[in-house]
Amino acid sequence: MDPFILSRIQFAANITFHILFPTITIALGWLLLFFKLRFQVTRDERWMDLYFFFTKIFALSFSLGVVSGVTMSFQFGTNWPGFMNTVGNIAGPLLAYEVLTAFFLEATFLGVMLFGFRRVKPWMHTGATVLVAAGTTLSAFWILALNSWMHTPAGFKMVDGVAHAVDWQAIIFNPSMPYRLVHTLLASGLTVAFLAAGLLAYRRLKGDRSPAVSSGLRCALTLGAVLIPLQIIAGDLHGVNTREYQPQKLAAMDALWETQRGAPLTLFALPDMEARTNHHAIEIPKLGSLIITRDPDGEVRGLNEFKGEHPPVAPVFWSFRVMVGTGMAMLAAAWTGAWWLWRRGTLPDWFLRGLVAMTFSGWVATVAGWYVTEIGRQPWLVQGVLKARDAVAAVPGEHVGLTLVAYLVVYAVLLTAFVASLFYLARKESARLAVREASS
Amino acid sequence: MIGELFASGEWLPFAFAFLIGLSMLLYAILDGYDLGVGLLSRFARGPERDRMIGSIGPFWDANETWLVLGVGLLLVAFPKAHGDILTHLYLPVAVMILGLIFRGVSFDFRKKVPAEQQDRWNRAFFWGSLVVAVSQGYMVGRFMTGFQEGAASQVFAVFFGALVTAGYVLMGACWLVLKTEDALQRRAVGWARIALWSMVAGAILSSAAAPFVATRIYDRMFAFPEITLLLAMPLASITLTLIMHFLLGALPLPGDRLAWMPLSLSVLIFVLGFVGLVYSFYPYIIPGRLRIVEAAASPDSLRIILWGAAVVMPVLAGYTALAYRIFAGKAHDLSYD
Ligand code: HDD
Ligand code: HEM
Ligand code: HEM
Repeated sequence: MDPFILSRIQFAANITFHILFPTITIALGWLLLFFKLRFQVTRDERWMDLYFFFTKIFALSFSLGVVSGVTMSFQFGTNWPGFMNTVGNIAGPLLAYEVLTAFFLEATFLGVMLFGFRRVKPWMHTGATVLVAAGTTLSAFWILALNSWMHTPAGFKMVDGVAHAVDWQAIIFNPSMPYRLVHTLLASGLTVAFLAAGLLAYRRLKGDRSPAVSSGLRCALTLGAVLIPLQIIAGDLHGVNTREYQPQKLAAMDALWETQRGAPLTLFALPDMEARTNHHAIEIPKLGSLIITRDPDGEVRGLNEFKGEHPPVAPVFWSFRVMVGTGMAMLAAAWTGAWWLWRRGTLPDWFLRGLVAMTFSGWVATVAGWYVTEIGRQPWLVQGVLKARDAVAAVPGEHVGLTLVAYLVVYAVLLTAFVASLFYLARKESARLAVREASS
Repeated sequence: MIGELFASGEWLPFAFAFLIGLSMLLYAILDGYDLGVGLLSRFARGPERDRMIGSIGPFWDANETWLVLGVGLLLVAFPKAHGDILTHLYLPVAVMILGLIFRGVSFDFRKKVPAEQQDRWNRAFFWGSLVVAVSQGYMVGRFMTGFQEGAASQVFAVFFGALVTAGYVLMGACWLVLKTEDALQRRAVGWARIALWSMVAGAILSSAAAPFVATRIYDRMFAFPEITLLLAMPLASITLTLIMHFLLGALPLPGDRLAWMPLSLSVLIFVLGFVGLVYSFYPYIIPGRLRIVEAAASPDSLRIILWGAAVVMPVLAGYTALAYRIFAGKAHDLSYD
């Protein structure tokens, strides 16, 4: 098989696996800090119970994030040497700053945070928790600066086919960076909110009536209920930004072939790249233009303006719908749940089961969102500067195929083990609290 | 003259070559000892194993980050060399990564799964560590010959893999001598002695194979006047090895005296070996293929990184020292609360 295609699949597989875990740790670090501070203020045992339960999940997610991150750091050289040869002067410093300012910080203080509870003073332990949370967020900042630069490059000049930095501020705070950073951080918050809600709902269904579960559920659902509208607004603004800088991506998200005024919003369709049209489309007239241009008769550019230069339509179109659909489900679940809890103080069993089913909904939306972003950039690797095909390594296809299969097998094993361990830890924690309850 | 050199930025590639070398050396020492403990964990019994793994638990993540930094700096400063090295070592790198994955996640899984599954992760921990150690040594061996083809250079690389593995085990055992007590400490002393002489055997085998493959190394070692300098290095290593041997014979001493010394000696031996290795291919970044000056990236970007590194490195050294202080003393079982 073509090593280019295999390298793309391999990169996509590795980063998809990697992003699952940072998405958890970025926000979970801050949630742990919240539990810890709540304990320090109230001295109520339940906050410490929550802290220790989620610390285990944090540690597990973190180690999976680290090992898959190390894989990522080799990927550039093994599969995409052309990337560094062309834009290394930009990407290099951003990656180096990520390692220097973020990775060492989180890795070092993680040890203190996890195992230092009895060894250091309480303020120092809290301080370590702050530094770990700040480190993961900082690492998201740097990598997203780089990723956004690949979508909306700025602040550089090309000399002999190689990018040279001109203005670092423009490079880091490139046009899509603020949107991507906010949207991704909110995504992390939502992922954690639903992960926590799902695991705690599972414990409640298993008969755990401890105060930790009640308070944890309340926190998680309130967090979700607050973040989801913000996320929808952020996503909407992100789309407006995309229209300006990557109109071909936006056209693919909407499967819009012809440039038109009063473009519809397509709810369902089977986009056909050959015939350059949609089959079985269900559309709401004018809503597309209204959302994107804030004007029912605004003009939206279609894919036919970008023939040969636009991404494959169906994956972008569908990923976008999966993300938005998940977002809507989150809106319904978080608001219903929060309303019930604050009004009545309890949740019906069928609703708890729904929360368990949504434990990993954040992962689904996040990965779908990244597919929109990254596939939507094709055929470019760096928009307008470097095509993915010109960056691939001259490694034999069989080698890439072999490693791809190995990675996929390992990821399947680890993902299964991770999910199983979370629910096992939930059962174990309930049992531990039950024993403590009985003995006191 | 010196001002000119600085203004032109010609010194930058060398500064980066130095930083990369330093990161790799620190990586080999730091992750070396915890990989060594991982290898030894297979030979330990239940509670002992927990204690051994507890001794490296707070550190391994930061230790591994030196690899990310070293590879990252190579990527940034010498993109050509990075691409060339990693495409040549494509398969062994993948093998190492799989090893690193299993080693890293086993730390956490082994205590977070039902009791009957724990041993599965203990095994993954051992095999992961083994695969990482051997593949790293093998890759250094391949690298030293400039990726020469042929059976002889493969054999050389395999010997080198064994040598590095023995070196890691030695450092791991010495770490345990420092961090444990009683029966486990005594066993660690025994492990260290075995590892020491395995390392010597590995060094002799690799040295014997070296002249058949990498003529550069050979020429360099036997050219005048380098030979006088180079003789000092093996002599120093032999002396250190002998001191180590007798020291291990005497340990543990009452009051735990000198428990820190084997680790220091083993690190010193490692540093000597590393310096000799670097010397043998300097000024090349890939032996016989690419020189440091030919491979460098644009000076502007390098300068930016160097500034960052100059500011961050001392801070990093500071909080690393803090972490080692916090977890100083004999290791105990790990727990979060
Ligand atoms: C919990 C996760 C989550 C949820 C509920 C949503 N998103 Fe999202 N979305 C992401 C997680 C995400 C993401 C994974 O974080 C992405 C990928 C890159 C990025 O910046 O954020 C993303 C990308 C992304 C993009 C692509 C931007 C580009 O690359 O040009 C758009 C237009 C939106 N989102 C819009 C929305 C809208 C209108 C939503 C309304 C429900 C929404 N997202 C919900
Ligand atoms: C923020 C850091 C990221 C960087 C620097 C980055 C960079 C890259 C690079 C170098 C490629 C390979 C070249 C190509 O095929 O275009 C790529 C492709 C891809 N990435 Fe990302 N990526 C990032 C985040 C993500 C995340 C988080 C995901 C998914 C969860 C993702 C999904 C993909 C996919 C699916 C492709 C393949 C697209 C295709 O070939 O059709 N990326 N990205
Ligand atoms: C091509 C892209 C990427 C590369 C090369 C990369 C590299 C790495 C590496 C080497 C680590 C381990 C650091 C350690 O040793 O502690 C790591 C962890 C991490 N990465 Fe990535 N990464 C990429 C994409 C992303 C993306 C898209 C995000 C999030 C938006 C992200 C966020 C993080 C975070 C928060 C961590 C901290 C460790 C954790 O919580 O798991 N990375 N990454």
